[in-house]
Amino acid sequence: MIHASPPAPPLLSIEDLRVAFATRAGTVEALRGVSLAVAPGESLGLVGESGSGKSVTAFAAARLLDRAGRITGGRIRFRGQDVTRLSAADLRDAQGSAQGSAIGMIFQNPRAALNPIRPVGLQLADVLRANGHSRAAARDKALAALEAVRIRDAARRLDAYPHELSGGMCQRVMIALALAAEPALLIADEPTTGLDVTTQKTVMDLVARLTAERGMALILITHDLGLAAQYCSRIAVMEAGRLVEEGAPGALFSSPRHPYTARLVAASPTPTSTLADLTPGAPPPPAPARPNPPAGTPALLEVQGIGKRYGDAAAVEDVSFAMREGESLGLVGESGSGKSTLSRLICRLIDPSAGEILFEGGSIGAIPARDFHRSPLRRAIQIVFQDPDGSLNPRFSAFDSIAHPVRRLTELRGEALRRRVIESAGRAGLGADLLGRFPHQLSGGQKARVGIARAVAVRPRLLVLDEPTAALDVSVQAGVLRLLDDLRREDGLAFLFVSHDLNVVRMMCERTVVLQAGRVVEAGDSRDLFQAPRTAYTRELLAAIPHFRPGAAREPAEPVA
Amino acid sequence: MTTLAAGATLRHAAWILRGNPLTAVAAAGALILCLVAAFSPWLVPYDPVASDVSVALQPPSAAHWAGTDQLGRDLLSRIVAATRLDLAIALSAVLLSFAVGAVIGAVCGYAGGRLDRVVGRVVDVLMAFPLFVLAMALVAALGNRVENIVVATAIINLPFYVRFARAEVNVRREAGYVEAARAGGEGHLAVVLKFLLPNVLPAMAVQISLNLGWAILNAAGLSFIGLGVRPPTPEWGILVAEGARFITTGKWWLVAFPGLALMLAVLCFNLLGDGLRDILDPRMRT
Amino acid sequence: MAASRPASSRPASPWAGIARRAGRRLASSLPALLGVLVLTFLLMRVLPGDPAVFFASGPNAGKAEIEEVRRQMGLDRPVPEQLVRYLGDVATGHLGRSMTTGQPVLTDLRRRLPASLELTFTALAIALALAIPLGIAAALRPGSLVDHGVRFLCALGVCVPTFVSGLLLIYVFYYLLGLAPDPTGRIDVFAATPPDITGFLLVDFALVGDGEGWRNAASQLVLPALTMALFVLAPLARITRASMLAVLGSDFIRTARSLGLPPRRVVVTYALRNAILPVLTIAGIVFSTMLGANVLVEKVFSWPGVASYALDALLASDYAPVQGFVLLMASLFVLVNLTVDVLYGLADPRISVE
Repeated sequence: MIHASPPAPPLLSIEDLRVAFATRAGTVEALRGVSLAVAPGESLGLVGESGSGKSVTAFAAARLLDRAGRITGGRIRFRGQDVTRLSAADLRDAQGSAQGSAIGMIFQNPRAALNPIRPVGLQLADVLRANGHSRAAARDKALAALEAVRIRDAARRLDAYPHELSGGMCQRVMIALALAAEPALLIADEPTTGLDVTTQKTVMDLVARLTAERGMALILITHDLGLAAQYCSRIAVMEAGRLVEEGAPGALFSSPRHPYTARLVAASPTPTSTLADLTPGAPPPPAPARPNPPAGTPALLEVQGIGKRYGDAAAVEDVSFAMREGESLGLVGESGSGKSTLSRLICRLIDPSAGEILFEGGSIGAIPARDFHRSPLRRAIQIVFQDPDGSLNPRFSAFDSIAHPVRRLTELRGEALRRRVIESAGRAGLGADLLGRFPHQLSGGQKARVGIARAVAVRPRLLVLDEPTAALDVSVQAGVLRLLDDLRREDGLAFLFVSHDLNVVRMMCERTVVLQAGRVVEAGDSRDLFQAPRTAYTRELLAAIPHFRPGAAREPAEPVA
Repeated sequence: MTTLAAGATLRHAAWILRGNPLTAVAAAGALILCLVAAFSPWLVPYDPVASDVSVALQPPSAAHWAGTDQLGRDLLSRIVAATRLDLAIALSAVLLSFAVGAVIGAVCGYAGGRLDRVVGRVVDVLMAFPLFVLAMALVAALGNRVENIVVATAIINLPFYVRFARAEVNVRREAGYVEAARAGGEGHLAVVLKFLLPNVLPAMAVQISLNLGWAILNAAGLSFIGLGVRPPTPEWGILVAEGARFITTGKWWLVAFPGLALMLAVLCFNLLGDGLRDILDPRMRT
Repeated sequence: MAASRPASSRPASPWAGIARRAGRRLASSLPALLGVLVLTFLLMRVLPGDPAVFFASGPNAGKAEIEEVRRQMGLDRPVPEQLVRYLGDVATGHLGRSMTTGQPVLTDLRRRLPASLELTFTALAIALALAIPLGIAAALRPGSLVDHGVRFLCALGVCVPTFVSGLLLIYVFYYLLGLAPDPTGRIDVFAATPPDITGFLLVDFALVGDGEGWRNAASQLVLPALTMALFVLAPLARITRASMLAVLGSDFIRTARSLGLPPRRVVVTYALRNAILPVLTIAGIVFSTMLGANVLVEKVFSWPGVASYALDALLASDYAPVQGFVLLMASLFVLVNLTVDVLYGLADPRISVE
């Protein structure tokens, strides 16, 4: 990999690029003058939150803007040639087929990025033939391409369709496709979003190795600072259509110059950060005054050998754990580990197939889920959902959404109800002026706060949080996490925090349970578990988290095997 | 708070109508049709059933804008008089099947399981019939009366509403706000009635408008083949059927004008439905 | 998991998958067919008119004679028993006898079915041949003149009832221009008797090499087929356009473009093959609609098909032909769905492993 070699003429240079999108609400400026350059063989990380314009920049460079998007100003040069007004096909011709396609791209959601009804081998052959290989040579080349991305049993996979491959495997095929045209620059647009953390590591290691071997430049677009820091030699930060700062990852993250970068770096969880680090400002409230319960007090929640089967498949199998009053317990695992099913079982939204759920010593697992809404304990167990968009009724104002459970589950009416709603909203950080708004008039963070206010408005004893911040940008996430932690300390609420993000769980939870394929792999005190994991699976999970150390001085991108 | 939403919806509708004048025209056309239906007795230039053989089979003229039929009846008056009956049949049929279909479909879509499979199978059986043939058989079986045209049209529309409501509810039953409502203390039935149906209704309203056109065509088709409404009652399908006998001798107006009335009515409701879909689709909102 | 499926079983698997799917569809169609049978049976029992009176010697027949006929026909039995008998008859191929033609219903239907099918297939072929290119052209340039034209045509197409468009076509091509023959039946009354091989006149004339007869039959077929085609053009063009637009906006088309595939390959191999899948499904539904619309078109053009046969029987309170017709329609519908399933299975590898 080539670090810090400014004399090389840039492979791609973008000068004061402006892109506008025609929408039904009029023209929206997505890029407001972006300039950047990528040298041959360099790896550049383009980071920013949603709406920052990082993907638009890449699509403009790769000539893939859709019809609504238009370049309104600026210049894109590739190998010194102005390609701003060229179509994708012209660009290929201009570069000459001998050099192959100029820019290759891999995308978010790899399964959707592949033609669903064409075997992957043929898709590879299509690219190879478009780049001047003969039909006969194409198949051998395709095989070699699949082997290069480390797909086992490549000869047989040539005939496979995308739906027969896992998500990580699809992304490898996508990489093989992008590289088949032998591009000089590879753009990876959030290539691992939606993939599990262990798959993410293998995919990114592969990208890094292949680009390095072939001397290709790489632009990695991501919202994950850790990922960018680990795999890129230079990082550019974007905000609201502008590039606000760029530099080597070590310097950029240890001493950010732009206030936005500083906020972003502060808000990103690291293996050592605490909640206080994420949200500079007021110190956390005093430690919870939790008197030791008298001996013999039953646990707040106890789950014994619980299981849930759907047909032949077990989503959750033989899971047991207990929680004390006011405790925070993290439930982590990759997709398919059964953590969401488990959270719905405990909330009594679905019925278990086996096992027992005890709340303060009394069985609640035996009450059918369809009758649980009449149980007095309905009020005691509440849940905050993952997707802030889907979890609010589009026809309810924020006020109505928060008031609904209060009306159903408490005796409060009229002015008392109104006061409770406004108070809960205030504690969730929502001003009273926002309460009249409907979901489509609220931002993602505001919607998440409505969901939290709704759950705490009936004063529950146990709050289940199902990936409460997974859909939020990091800066918003930091605020929401802090809010949740404050609520817990003030009210003595118990938290069951379900997440795939180990850094978040480590900060939020006193104890952690690791799930894999519906079973508990490891459970214990968070500090011990994260510092000295006992099982190989937990170690693997922890090792796969991309990270950066803002405190460290200059840190080169880790060499990848 | 509701006025805020209503205001926003109205503003949004106005904005859509400006950008899509066709929908505005369609809405105006539908309104005019309803007015014509309501006031047809006062609008017709001649008595729609009074015959005058001396002016039989006259092409359109200043006196008879749409010409006259074989009995010398004024065709324009008959077309205008028919509007009320045609719209009434279509509207009552569609509302009937909507009311029944939405509830059945919503309950099945939410409950899933065996009930859903059984209802799904019945719907499949209904749809396995070529539906027009089913309507024919129903009218013949129930009796050749106007009410039965309504019932037959409602029944052949029913599977579409059941399917539609079922699918719409099905995609929403896993939505967070449904689970949140249950965590907030609502039972299953309340969730369907208070949370899911209101969210499905706008999409169903679009379906109603689109189905109105289809219902008009069906009712007219039934009377064209001699079922349901009987001559001399003016009805668009009957008017076309009567004119059919004279088409090979070139009396085009007897078919063209009632046909045009049918076409315009259906076009209005279809365009209105398409426009409504744009207005109600929250993804299109800003 | 699908990911671990051995790919070596692949060559056999699509057909096995399709066969499984078709078998499942057939099995699940049987209750539906049975339901259709029971439903038509019950419907026909409540039809007005007493067939016993009809079959007796005449309106003046004595009460005893009518009772005798009723007994012979089994109409004095309880309804469930009549139903079981009816089902037994259907299972053994006895659909009863038409009172109006005096022939067994099966014979009548067999004689008239080719006329209806020839009309329907020709119309579907015309509609598909027009709708798919139009839909594609509209989707490739959304917002263009072509697109607006196609959308206008679609909006208009669904509004014109077949019986009106058929009559207007007769007026223009028969009365005004004199291009089309007299709109009565499948063949000119003065033409030579057609050969009776398959019942499909175009096929039969072609088989015996009778060019003039073929042209004659074709000229009779054009207007009704066109009427029907205009009726179903709109939904087909609409779904083609919508599905093509959706596919063109999908991620894998963006991938294909980013990989620099030739535009032709992107549109035809990548977009069209995916976009055709929903069109297949809709074509099946459209075919069923056409079976119903046949009633109107056959009446307008005095076409001697099964639908006009059933309509005449219905208006004459003649049970058996209507029952037979409805059963025939339902069976055709099942067949069409099976065909669509098989085609879909060939076109989409995903369904073979569902």
